[in-house]
Amino acid sequence: MTQAITAVAHDQHEHPPAGIMRWLTTTNHKDLGILYMSFGAIMFFIGGVLIMAVRAELLFPGLQLLSPGMYNQLFTLHALIMVFGAIMPFATGLNNYLIPLMIGAPDMALPRVNNWGFWILPFAALLLLIPFFLQFSGIGSGASGLGWVMHNTSLDLQGGIGVDFAIFAIHLLGLSSISGAINVVVTVLNMRAPGMALMKMPLFVWAWLITAFMLILAMPVFSAAATMLLTDRHFGTHFFDAANGGDPILLQHLIWFFGHPEVYIVLLPVWGLIPHILATFSRKPVYGYRAQVYALWAICFLSFIVWSHHMLTSGLPLAAEVYFMYSTMAISIPTSVLVFCWLGAIWRGAMTFETPMLFALGFVAHFGMGALTGLILPDVAVNAQYHNSYVIVSHFHYTFFGGGIFGMLAALYYWLPKFTGRMFDEKLGRLHFWLTVISFNMTFIPQWFAGLDGMPRHIADYALRFSTMNFISSVGAFLLGLSQLLLVYIVFKCVRSGPKATGQVWEGAQGLEFTLPSPPPYHTFETPPAVK
Amino acid sequence: MNEALRNANRRLTIKLLLLVAAATGFAFALVPFYDLLCKVTGLNGKTGGAVQIAQASQADTARWVTVEFTSTVMPGMSWEFRPVQTRMRVHPGEITRISYLARNPTNQALAGQAVPSVSPGWAAQHFNKIECFCFQRQVLQPGEVKEMPLVFQVSPELPAEVQEISLSYALFPVSG
Ligand code: HEM
Ligand SMILES: [Cu+2]
Repeated sequence: MTQAITAVAHDQHEHPPAGIMRWLTTTNHKDLGILYMSFGAIMFFIGGVLIMAVRAELLFPGLQLLSPGMYNQLFTLHALIMVFGAIMPFATGLNNYLIPLMIGAPDMALPRVNNWGFWILPFAALLLLIPFFLQFSGIGSGASGLGWVMHNTSLDLQGGIGVDFAIFAIHLLGLSSISGAINVVVTVLNMRAPGMALMKMPLFVWAWLITAFMLILAMPVFSAAATMLLTDRHFGTHFFDAANGGDPILLQHLIWFFGHPEVYIVLLPVWGLIPHILATFSRKPVYGYRAQVYALWAICFLSFIVWSHHMLTSGLPLAAEVYFMYSTMAISIPTSVLVFCWLGAIWRGAMTFETPMLFALGFVAHFGMGALTGLILPDVAVNAQYHNSYVIVSHFHYTFFGGGIFGMLAALYYWLPKFTGRMFDEKLGRLHFWLTVISFNMTFIPQWFAGLDGMPRHIADYALRFSTMNFISSVGAFLLGLSQLLLVYIVFKCVRSGPKATGQVWEGAQGLEFTLPSPPPYHTFETPPAVK
Repeated sequence: MNEALRNANRRLTIKLLLLVAAATGFAFALVPFYDLLCKVTGLNGKTGGAVQIAQASQADTARWVTVEFTSTVMPGMSWEFRPVQTRMRVHPGEITRISYLARNPTNQALAGQAVPSVSPGWAAQHFNKIECFCFQRQVLQPGEVKEMPLVFQVSPELPAEVQEISLSYALFPVSG
């Protein structure tokens, strides 16, 4: 009798509520991880559709499809959605699912905050998109067209309701990511299994711990700048209004004080997970663990003192230009440490090239190109030519897409069997990789040439001599967009009919998460595992 | 989760929230800090407010500095606005007067605010304005033409390598 009762109680504990209520009320780190990742994936496709319209406009010179105002709205929404809606939530999803498993904790430290942090996101996305759709029924002048850093097009304090909506969306996104960051820090510092010393933590956990501190320090500055913009627009303050003693350059300083750390916020989680994948498929232990931890901290620190390399043409005094040039170039030192550790990881390894490994190697190659071009850009003399040209667009897509998205796809393929308990179709995965590599480079290599030739960014039309490069780039972009649909099919096929995955999943995989069955039970590590 | 862990988590959360508050405070503190930095270093070519100068006696007649005057009418503003003279040579220490001409060609009264900027930026702190139309907003009646004075002095402390200074005014519309 007592036995039966405990069995029942146990059962209730094991199983979440059924149906939609499970997903609305869940505080379980695995459920929230799945929610975050799904949200990120959906936003990835929305952001992609928006930019397809932009590339369609750029297919030929002249204005065919879009008005310049509409064009500005589309690339602004694309960028905000990709950075804050797709990449960051996807990285948060990975940390939710994986960090407790990797450090042997039963859950995140603040499960309820975790739930709120997630459910803020759909509302933030709606706020961004609503003014875009309202304009078609004649309400307002559309979404914000100011670019993702709120000053990329001419600063127009009078811009319509779209800007206000974007500002509120930024506040919500900030709230969500700060709460998520606090959760990561508390979880990692307080909830590790006994024996899991800091310097034993997997690199993904380290990278996220550092990312979380960067979020906590940088995100409030972004929110504050957005708030000042809002009060300038509606409440009679003059932070950025030159006519009344404010200074528009101050807006750029505030935004980039956040903006540069933000690019590392996007990338650090990826830098953390790549060594896991490289080590697994090279069948070697992680290479240069300590060096990587220190390099990550160094990059975190440096990223806060280099922001004005985005403003080298804004009239800084020469001494400041030189300082920002050298400090920015200094970032490539710890960055190269990471790159060489990745190369060390595969050096003389028994490599095999499953889909996750392909994407991880693709990450190393493309990110390398992004970082190398980044090394040229802060050169004060060179920057005067490249600033606000397509060279910049290409540079940051090699880092954001070639680095960020490639890395996250590698992670998705690597841990998908762990999440779902089923293997995906390896052939299709490889096809997805090669299609992505080819179309990605087809999209962005021509943008180098157009940019070197002087094509400015953020403009809906272009001079005739850029026609060929833009045509190739647009066709590449359409292919890139289409190839990503294959990913949807692969994931669905995996979930519905993939062959069963083992707990170990990959032959060389290491880490606590691979000591669990696939998929892991709803509750894991309620008693902490033994860490060697 | 046991009680001790829960308390530890709560304490750490509060500390991190304080860090968030500090970062927010830091962002707002940057505003006055930035203004101060610009004033002290002349960053951005920002010039200070009105300066009292007793005598022009110490004019350094051995040295010449060329001062250039330009103007920009910002979008949304419909005045005509230009300096009466685009360049002049002055001695450091000498007090000089020139003026800008403004005309309101529209049929309604309009207010404008001129925002000065000096380049090279590091010369800004040596460019003293004794009287300037940029200290207040200016209002022009429909069709009115106004000659707006500027009285300035280039400080004798101006570094010797600076031989030319440009003074630029951006004219912004101000409502009300
Ligand atoms: C070695 C490392 C890097 C260096 C030295 C570097 C340098 C630069 C410089 C100087 C600019 C400004 C160019 C201009 O607008 O005139 C820039 C722009 C940019 N970089 Fe990097 N970068 C590096 C890595 C990265 C990484 C890792 C990311 C993203 C994950 C990134 C994302 C961006 C973005 C988004 C912009 C353009 C921002 C905008 O104007 O909208 N960069 N980079
Ligand atoms: Cu940067």
